Amino acid sequence: MSLKKSTFFNARVYKTYAVIIVYVLLMVIFMITAPKTFTGYKICLAFLSTVPFSLIMALGLTFVIIAGEIDLSFPSSMALSGFAFMYLYIHLKNSIVALLACIAVGIIIGFINGIIVTKTKVPSIVATLATSFIWAGLSVVISGGIQINIPASRGSLFYNVLVGRIAGLIPAQSLWAFGLAIIMAFILNRHRFGEHVMFVGDNRETSKMLGINVDRTLISVFILNGALASFSSVLLGLEYVTWWPTQGPGFLLITIAAVFIGGTSIYGGEGTMLGTVIGAFIVGSITAGVVASGAGGSWTQLIVGIVMLLAVVFNNNIIRVRKS
Amino acid sequence: MADSKYINLVEMRNISKSFGKVIALKNINFKVSSNEVVGIIGDNGAGKSTLIKILMGVYPPDTGEVFIRDMSIQLSHYSAKIAHELRIEAVYQEKALGEKQPLWRNIFLGRQITNRVGFIDTKKEREETERIMKNLIGFRSKGINSESRVSELSGGERQGVAIGRAMYFDADLIILDEPTNALSIKEVGKVINFIKQIKDTGKSCIMISHNMSEEYLVADRFVILDRGEIVGEYKKEEVTLSELSSKLLKIANGNTEKVGA
Repeated sequence: MSLKKSTFFNARVYKTYAVIIVYVLLMVIFMITAPKTFTGYKICLAFLSTVPFSLIMALGLTFVIIAGEIDLSFPSSMALSGFAFMYLYIHLKNSIVALLACIAVGIIIGFINGIIVTKTKVPSIVATLATSFIWAGLSVVISGGIQINIPASRGSLFYNVLVGRIAGLIPAQSLWAFGLAIIMAFILNRHRFGEHVMFVGDNRETSKMLGINVDRTLISVFILNGALASFSSVLLGLEYVTWWPTQGPGFLLITIAAVFIGGTSIYGGEGTMLGTVIGAFIVGSITAGVVASGAGGSWTQLIVGIVMLLAVVFNNNIIRVRKS
Repeated sequence: MADSKYINLVEMRNISKSFGKVIALKNINFKVSSNEVVGIIGDNGAGKSTLIKILMGVYPPDTGEVFIRDMSIQLSHYSAKIAHELRIEAVYQEKALGEKQPLWRNIFLGRQITNRVGFIDTKKEREETERIMKNLIGFRSKGINSESRVSELSGGERQGVAIGRAMYFDADLIILDEPTNALSIKEVGKVINFIKQIKDTGKSCIMISHNMSEEYLVADRFVILDRGEIVGEYKKEEVTLSELSSKLLKIANGNTEKVGA
């Protein structure tokens, strides 16, 4: 009996309820303000095609934030690894090799981020801000600042598997995103590594004393984030059959917002994949909803900001209420 | 149960450790025998925690040797993990548990029950935790269960969980670092009972504290540390609490001469 009670009142569960309610509320509001757009199934399909890019990165970022760190460099790492993909895709004409090489670039970037953060002890917010300029700079320098197009990829098996429309409707990238979210949720909640990530973010000293290799855990979460950003860059490049050097940075703030709206603790140690998934859809639907409601795109940021602020204030106070 | 094939459960010989210019420990010789409760007393910065961290493999000493069950430990390869394998457990004040995590994760952190690819058997861990809480810690009411977060527990209960964890993993030696710090009197009583329980089950314990009256209730022997040196060592039958107190006070007031045997 007491077990059920405790699970029900557990802050994590509360937060997940809250974020679902916020999403439903937003949807209802948009259905009223923009009934033509928001009552059809097409809007859902639109979300399923656009949200996965930030969602996949948000999954990795959630791990980083749960571990008590932050990574600001993932959008630039997305740009750099995306360039690697495009370049190899065109020059090697082997999509699988291009994909693997792109993910390898993401892994190397994550590894470098992780090494800098753990070995120099520079706070990750500063370290990854610096590396974010480096990855962004590299992608501009190496590419010559020129946009790359791969229109010929459209319709290939590789294209269809990654970003095609299943049954002519459902964007394949959404299945990749959901699949990854489920895998990541299992890793976080059921795997030793996920538990280490939570404890490292919760109490680093405890983790050390109980024999957890804190540095290795942190390097791993940065690698994971880099790898997911690179995979997202492949999906993005294929969806728009285009790569341009500043493709990544637009994702920075909306991805971070998705993670915090999803209830991940700013102080580390806590967070859920489900929360992040819904957080990403909340951010994604605000953009569409505001425009469809006729308020003009300039309102989007304002509303994302308000929702995020409410989410963070709410989550923080849930913790405080429970402590007292 | 504790086999008597060894003379000393733990022996540290000529241990020295410096951090930069600060000498934390100077030529320390320290022993714990089986089923003995040793109280380490000393002011802040006396070197108590450093001594324990060396014993737990958090960092190696600059010089000296460590023996566990009379076997020499290769300090370059020593770690918290190996200490655990040798059934030595430490309960660090404030550092023993992850606040936001449920109890079952705290009990098994670093020693998870997993399958071959590292996925945790969460059901088994929860069941074992319920068992530990009932049998080893004696939590029976108050709505605390394996799912409770550490942040919902009182200070004494936290110490209880950490001590229960050490007992569950069958530690022969449990090290308690300031276990009663910042606890209410009632909570201190609970912790004292946990330590008596450790002694009753035939295990050994090192209790670090600067509260002598609490140490006097449970310890068989007292070791006084001052500025990185052992300045006194007494068996309980040799000394009364007030004698011990006055000796310690003398040291605190700057008398660095050796005050005892």
